[in-house]
Amino acid sequence: MAFFPFVVVVWILAVGLYGMVTSRHLMHLIMCLIVVQSSTYVLLLGVGYKTGAVAPYFFDIPVHTPAVDPVVQALALTDVVVEAAVTALLLAFAIQAHKRFGTLDPHELVQLKG
Amino acid sequence: MSSRARLWLFLAGMAGLAACYLWGLGGLPGFGHYPGPYGDIINRIAVGQTNATGVVSAVNFEYRGFDTVGEEFILFAAATGVATVLRHLRGERERPARDEAADRDAPPTSSAIRLSTLMLAGPTVVLGWWLASHAQTTPSGGFQGGIVLATAFILIYLAGQFLAFKRFSPVDVTDAVEAVGAGGFAAVGVTAVAMGLPYLTNFLGLGSKPGAVSSSGTIALISFFVGMEVAAAFVLMISELLDQTLLIGQES
Amino acid sequence: MAVQAVVTPYSVSPGLMDVLQVTILVLVAAGATAVVLTRDPVRQVIVLSGYGLLMAVLFLAFQAPDVTLSELTVGAVALPILLMLALAKVRKADSVRDRERDGERHGKGDK
Repeated sequence: MAFFPFVVVVWILAVGLYGMVTSRHLMHLIMCLIVVQSSTYVLLLGVGYKTGAVAPYFFDIPVHTPAVDPVVQALALTDVVVEAAVTALLLAFAIQAHKRFGTLDPHELVQLKG
Repeated sequence: MSSRARLWLFLAGMAGLAACYLWGLGGLPGFGHYPGPYGDIINRIAVGQTNATGVVSAVNFEYRGFDTVGEEFILFAAATGVATVLRHLRGERERPARDEAADRDAPPTSSAIRLSTLMLAGPTVVLGWWLASHAQTTPSGGFQGGIVLATAFILIYLAGQFLAFKRFSPVDVTDAVEAVGAGGFAAVGVTAVAMGLPYLTNFLGLGSKPGAVSSSGTIALISFFVGMEVAAAFVLMISELLDQTLLIGQES
Repeated sequence: MAVQAVVTPYSVSPGLMDVLQVTILVLVAAGATAVVLTRDPVRQVIVLSGYGLLMAVLFLAFQAPDVTLSELTVGAVALPILLMLALAKVRKADSVRDRERDGERHGKGDK
């Protein structure tokens, strides 16, 4: 249990990268990129966790209750939203590539030049 | 390089990366034994210093506000990028909408979907505004509230009312709202500079009671602007992608 | 350095928390594998939406409700919609092009 979350992080990273390397469709590749990004959220939150602590919101609990780290939660929070927007930009590029070359296979897209 | 060779190269590289990572894990304190001082310090002093009981939002918009400005402008640039990339070939390739809808036999939207989505659209807007305005008290904030607001517009499209969706979110108005959101955040910081304080200092009154909606000064204001900007950015991206398909349902 | 568990209305006993976290981590790892191994893009979007839901539960088990809200709205709603719209555009362009090509072939064949 001491290292299990971090092992899961590297498993998700490896599986996502494997999907990207062996992909034959640009949309499949983008979705595997989303999986790779999600492994970083797990790593961030896993680093900041404290056993027996609660969420860092002191609305109705006393202020000195032990709570988990809020800084990594702030990082993960903005991460999630911003990377969705960057994925939308990647999708726009994929649509334009399909319009121009007629194919979404990454192996064929490399060879079409000129 | 053939794809077999590429796969073997990837497997070799990944094995090396995993080995180094797992070796480095040995030096970490285990999961759950958080050693670092910053989390404890911020949890102790945040409520006293900013009157905001939601410490994560306080970190986002106050202690690390400069990072959030950067992230928000990444979002702004991505939305602008989508609009630019997808606008490029519009003049050449667009056919009239009538042609393309003719052979796409879209079934009319079922009554159950229309009823449920139109009923949910209003409460979703209220939920989005509630989330965006309560950043400093409970788990909520500008980013989440903005996306829930964008979802309300998507519900209108899902009800089969493509034209109503376009009328509710014309491109000029959405662009303007997004610009106001992004510029407002930067303007709050610049106002602090104009008052002689460092950029993004909390210069508004901190309110009387920790955890009230009107407390915590600029945190609530910044969260409101961020909510506007995120909602407008996502509505813009979705309406750009929708224009690409131009599938108009049979009864709208 | 273990933390003395303080009893609040939201506290869960540490043993139960451990079991919950291990279960959801195993499910997330299986979900990631399922997303990658689904090759058809339309099916993969649905699996990705379910994976987003699993990730939201994981973040809740890690005591991070703000990140849960973000991941739920983004990963289970906004991202699949963006992906589905892009897929619709690509498949429609494919079908239009195939229709043109068939039309030409039939036209030439008639002569």
